[in-house]
Amino acid sequence: MPLAESDVRWVGEPKLGFWEQLYLPAVVDGLKTTVGHLFGPKRTEQYPEQEPKLPPNYRGVHRLNRDEAGRVKCVACYMCATACPAHCIDIVAAPAPPEWTDREKYPETFVIDELRCIYCGMCEEACPVDAIELTTLYDLTGLSREQMVFDKEKLLSVFDTTTGAGTDPVRTRAGRLSPSSEPPPAR
Amino acid sequence: MPAFDLTTLAIVIVGLMGGVLGVVGYLTLGERKISAWMQDRLGPNRVGPGGLLQPLADGGKFFLKEELIPDHVDRVFYLLAPAVAVITSLLAIAVVPFGGTTPAPDPQPTVAAFDAAQADYRSHFSAVMAPGLDVGVLYVFALGSLAVYAVILAGWSANNKYSLLGALRSSAQIISYEIPLGMSVLGVVLLVGSLNLERIVAWQAPQPDGTHHGWLVLYQPLAFLLFMTAAYAEGSRLPFDLPEAEQELVGGYHTEYSSMKLGLMLMAEYVHLVTAGFIVSILFFGGWSFFGLENAVSDPVWGAVLKAAILIAKMLSYCVFAQVIRWTIPRFRFDQLMNLAWKVMIPLALFNLVCVIVVGQLGWPLVTLTVTSAALFVGAGLASARGSVTNPRRAVPKLPPGLPAGVTYASR
Repeated sequence: MPLAESDVRWVGEPKLGFWEQLYLPAVVDGLKTTVGHLFGPKRTEQYPEQEPKLPPNYRGVHRLNRDEAGRVKCVACYMCATACPAHCIDIVAAPAPPEWTDREKYPETFVIDELRCIYCGMCEEACPVDAIELTTLYDLTGLSREQMVFDKEKLLSVFDTTTGAGTDPVRTRAGRLSPSSEPPPAR
Repeated sequence: MPAFDLTTLAIVIVGLMGGVLGVVGYLTLGERKISAWMQDRLGPNRVGPGGLLQPLADGGKFFLKEELIPDHVDRVFYLLAPAVAVITSLLAIAVVPFGGTTPAPDPQPTVAAFDAAQADYRSHFSAVMAPGLDVGVLYVFALGSLAVYAVILAGWSANNKYSLLGALRSSAQIISYEIPLGMSVLGVVLLVGSLNLERIVAWQAPQPDGTHHGWLVLYQPLAFLLFMTAAYAEGSRLPFDLPEAEQELVGGYHTEYSSMKLGLMLMAEYVHLVTAGFIVSILFFGGWSFFGLENAVSDPVWGAVLKAAILIAKMLSYCVFAQVIRWTIPRFRFDQLMNLAWKVMIPLALFNLVCVIVVGQLGWPLVTLTVTSAALFVGAGLASARGSVTNPRRAVPKLPPGLPAGVTYASR
C-alpha cells in the first residue's frame, strides 16, 4: 500500500541562527557536559580486585546438586543430555545402590565438556529433580582441553564451593526427588 | 647577542629537550586520563601509582615493537619523514622563552652604545635557548609550516592511498590555517612593535616607567580566539584532525609507520602542542607575569625558578584545555574546515589587523581594541546568520511529493 502523501514529512537541514553561528556558545555547552563528567562519579569496575555483582540467574559453570544426605541428586534420566543442543553432556547410568531407596538409577559417570557447552541453561530447565544447575562462576579457565572436561566429582565440588561461598544457594529446597525418580510400578 | 658559552648552552639544550619530551610523555597520559574521566572511566592506573609510569611503559613498547618497513615504500623519504617531523618541532622550541627573560635592547645610534647595550643585555639571565633573536615569532611560524613537509613526505613515500589522502588533507589544512595563524598575531606584533618574544613578554609586564599594559588577551581577544583555533588546526588537534581521521583513513599519513618511527610522528604532534602552549602564553597571557606574583621572591635564582614555573603552568593549562576541547568537539567536515578558514577566520583576522592599525594611528586607548574585537565577533555571527557569508542562501529545489526517483514500494 503506498504511503499517503499527507503522511510524508520532508525534513530539511535546520537553519543556523545568530546564536549558533557564533560557534562559542555551542562549544561552551559541550564543555559544560564534558567538564561535568570530568569530576562526576566513575563507573569503572576494577575487575580482579572488585568482583562484578552478577544476577542470580547468570548462566556460568554447571554444578551437580547434592541432596540432604550428601548424595548426588541426579537420577540419570538423560533428560539434560537429550535437551542439550551442544551434546556436551555424557552420562553413564547405573542401578542405584540398594540402600538408596528413593530412586532406581544414579549416574556412574557424569561428564560435561565445558568447552562445548553454550551455556544455554536447557539442561537446568529439563532436569526433573533439580540436580543440575548453572552457577554464577564466570572465570572458568584451564591449561588444556582435558582440564575443561568436568567429571562428576568436579561438578559436585562446584556445588560444594558455590554453596559454601554463598554465591549460589540451592534454588530448590523441596528436598524430595520428583516422581520421575520413582521406580516404575510393579507389574 | 649574549656570549656563546658551550657548556651553559649544552646544559640548557639537554635540560630543555629532556623537559619538553618529559612533558610530552605525560601529555599522552593526561590525554588518556582526561578522555577516561570525561567518559566516566578511570583511565590507565595499573603501571605505577595511579598510572604515573604509563608513559615509560608506552615509550618502552614503541622501542620494543617490530620495526617494519614495507617493501612498497620509497625508503629515503619514508625514513626521512619522522626525522623531519621531530627536528622541525623541536627546533621551534629554541627561541621560546620558558622562564624569566629580559627584553632585548633597542637599536642604538652608535657602535659604542650598541656594545654597551649588548653587554648590559648579556649580564642578565634569559631562560631561552637562543636569546635575543629578533625574528622570534617568524622563526616559530616558519618551522611550524616546515612540519607539513614531514606529513607530505610520510604520506607520499608510504605509497598507500590512506596515507596519501591524509597527507593531502593535511597540506591543504595547514596551508589554509597558516594564514589566520600569522595574521592574528600581526595585531599583537603591531601593538608591541617587535617580533622578539622576550620583548612581547616585557610589554605585558609592568614597565620601568610605571605604566602597565596588562595581558594582550585583553586587547586582542579575537586574535587570541583565531590564533588558538588556527593552532589546533596546525597541530592537527581533534576538531581539525582530518589528516589522521582514524574512522576514515586508518591512521592517516602515518598508516605505514610502526615502532619508534610512529612514536616519533606522534611525539612531534605533542611537541607542537607544547610549543603552541608556550607561544599562546607568551603572546596573549603575559609570559612569566602573573598579577605581581612573579616578584614575590627577591632571590634572583628562586625568582627565575618562579617565573619558569608560572610560564610552564600557563603552558600546561593550555595543553590541558586543548585536550578537554579535543574530547568535547566532534571533527569538522572538510568543507566546513575550509569554510571556517577562508570565509570566517581570514576575513576576521584582516579586519582585526585593520582595527589595530587604525587605533594605533589615531592614538586611541587600547581598550578600543577590546570593543572592536567584540564588535567584529558579533558582526561575523550576524553576517553568517543572515546567510551572506558562510552559507549563502541557495534556492533549494523542492522535491516533488512522493517517492524519490528510482524508489518503488514492493508490490503486495
